[in-house]
Amino acid sequence: MKATYREAIREAMREALRRDERVFLMGEDVGRYGGCFAVSLGLLDEFGPDRIRDTPLSESAFVGAGIGAALGGMRPIVEIMTVNFSLLALDQIVNNAATLLHMSGGQCNVPLVIRMTTGAGRQLAAQHSHSLEGWYAHVPGLRVVAPATLEDARGMLWTALCDPDPVLIFEHGTLYNVEGELADDAGPTDIDRAVVRRAGDDVTLVGYGGTVAKVLAAAEELVGDGIDAEVIDLRTLRPLDAGTVVGSVVRTHRAVIVDEGWRSGSLSAEVSARITEEAFYDLDAPVGRVCSAEVPMPYAKHLEDAALPQVDEVVAAARAAVRGG
Amino acid sequence: MTGRDGRVPAGGQRPRRHEPDREHGLRLLSEMVRIRRFEERCVELYSATAIRGFLHLYIGEEAVAVGVMQSLTPQDAVVATYREHGHALVRGVPARAVMAEMFGRAEGASRGRGGSMHVFDVSRRFYGGNAIVGGGIPVAAGLALADCLRGSDTVTACFFGEGAVAEGEFHETLNLAALWRLPVLFCCENNLYAMGTALERSESETNLAPKAASYEMPAWAVDGMDVLAVEDAAHRAATEVRAGGGPVFLELRTYRFRAHSMYDPELYRTKQEVEAWRARDPITLLTSALTATGSLRDGDLDAIEAEVAAEIDDAVAFAEAAALEPVDELTRFVYSERPA
Repeated sequence: MKATYREAIREAMREALRRDERVFLMGEDVGRYGGCFAVSLGLLDEFGPDRIRDTPLSESAFVGAGIGAALGGMRPIVEIMTVNFSLLALDQIVNNAATLLHMSGGQCNVPLVIRMTTGAGRQLAAQHSHSLEGWYAHVPGLRVVAPATLEDARGMLWTALCDPDPVLIFEHGTLYNVEGELADDAGPTDIDRAVVRRAGDDVTLVGYGGTVAKVLAAAEELVGDGIDAEVIDLRTLRPLDAGTVVGSVVRTHRAVIVDEGWRSGSLSAEVSARITEEAFYDLDAPVGRVCSAEVPMPYAKHLEDAALPQVDEVVAAARAAVRGG
Repeated sequence: MTGRDGRVPAGGQRPRRHEPDREHGLRLLSEMVRIRRFEERCVELYSATAIRGFLHLYIGEEAVAVGVMQSLTPQDAVVATYREHGHALVRGVPARAVMAEMFGRAEGASRGRGGSMHVFDVSRRFYGGNAIVGGGIPVAAGLALADCLRGSDTVTACFFGEGAVAEGEFHETLNLAALWRLPVLFCCENNLYAMGTALERSESETNLAPKAASYEMPAWAVDGMDVLAVEDAAHRAATEVRAGGGPVFLELRTYRFRAHSMYDPELYRTKQEVEAWRARDPITLLTSALTATGSLRDGDLDAIEAEVAAEIDDAVAFAEAAALEPVDELTRFVYSERPA
């Protein structure tokens, strides 16, 4: 069936709510409004206010309540409007959700799913556009995933809800309207492994979430140069599936990492480090990176475009890797 | 209970409902002595370097945990702070497990990963041991929400200090709990100092119950040095919460007789102030009350002391003999263990 990324997530939630009475959704405007990105539209009517819970604008309280409800045997899905707003709940996510299992000697696992929007591209400026998922990927105890496709948008939520530990799902804001085919019986997808989205032999291009489409477009453009690029979608940002990346680089001998986060201290830095640690002697060129410019995301379209990783930059970085600049 | 004008009525602290019978009175006394002696032993063990890290003692505040816990059932949940040894002991976490945890041993309540500040016992629905001030409050609301959604009539007792009242999480959660009528018993242990910051240097309004009352929940102040008054207040509050009336807030006015932690030179308060509060030692107060009614007889206190000493000796011996968690298990419990 034809569906959008938004509908894929909604179907995943609907299915989860039907399947498991312990599942409920809470967050700002998830009920009557239908979700600030309309992801949960219609769910209130179908499942009622006990299971589709509008919360006050109290990120710390409702994320913490999600942690407590998870400890109490429920399977909450907490929606935070954007990753920028999630910083108001950073204490609960990092000091509680991520630590409770270890700090309690294995007693308090937290089966909580937190969904949030990330990324730029919609002219929302510096308090609604950042890609801070790399910060969360720094933290042991969390599992961090970034669905780039409809299939993953639908399937990762299912798998995340079956996970005994906290899972953060980052939905890139530009993906919600993306249309595609989704099998009626689309089921769970794993949240352990990166995946090769396009096979190639000359250079490994690594992206995730909102950058995967740009990376695939770059790969197609590189065909005209006679460069056959392999495209890897990381999918899971923590724990990082370095094996799939390194396995590819060992064959292609070149890598370019595309990350909408800022370059300094970023996820792209981590991937680059893993490559140099594990495949240094297989490299024929320095690892390249295409990241966001190190500025708070600006509003004006031309400035935002200039700040974000773009297809031509990925193409140029891949050419540089293959041809030595 | 506060009026909507935000003031606790004159006196603010309700009279006690009833005098305890001998058996119950002695049990309350025994629990408080147990905490006191346990904490005193912790000081010795800290000086002997058997316990390390931060150690926060409950000495002086025993009446709060002992009084409140009388109204809880095993099905209820408890969320406490980093000053939680007393709460853990009253809740039934074995003294052995608490002591071994402070020794960093595998048989500790949290397998040596938590220490003094992070005692957990899920089998007794004791959810820590939370050391971010205010951080446990939203979690308590969530536990209550889960119980609510499952249709049980349990109460989640959430303990926190008056310092937490300055945190956003306190206000966010009280609002949420009242809005959703969650079965939480908020127990604010007001010992007047957030580490070294006196309440009047931290709060524009030092009367705390009206803050909670402003979120439309019953809230009142209680003499936290009088275990019978605490017990009575908690009983009324828990009954109300259990009946589905939503959360209740108790401000339990108490005092810690010792430093904030073992590193505290106590520059922020006078010896005279400490002495004045020591004159209202909760153990002395109850001893006097029980003596006056004839409930406490010659030899009772000695028997309690002997029993408590034996339990603590046993806990220390257990902790000393307990195994260390193998270092190769360092990274266990970061994620749940799954079947291979």
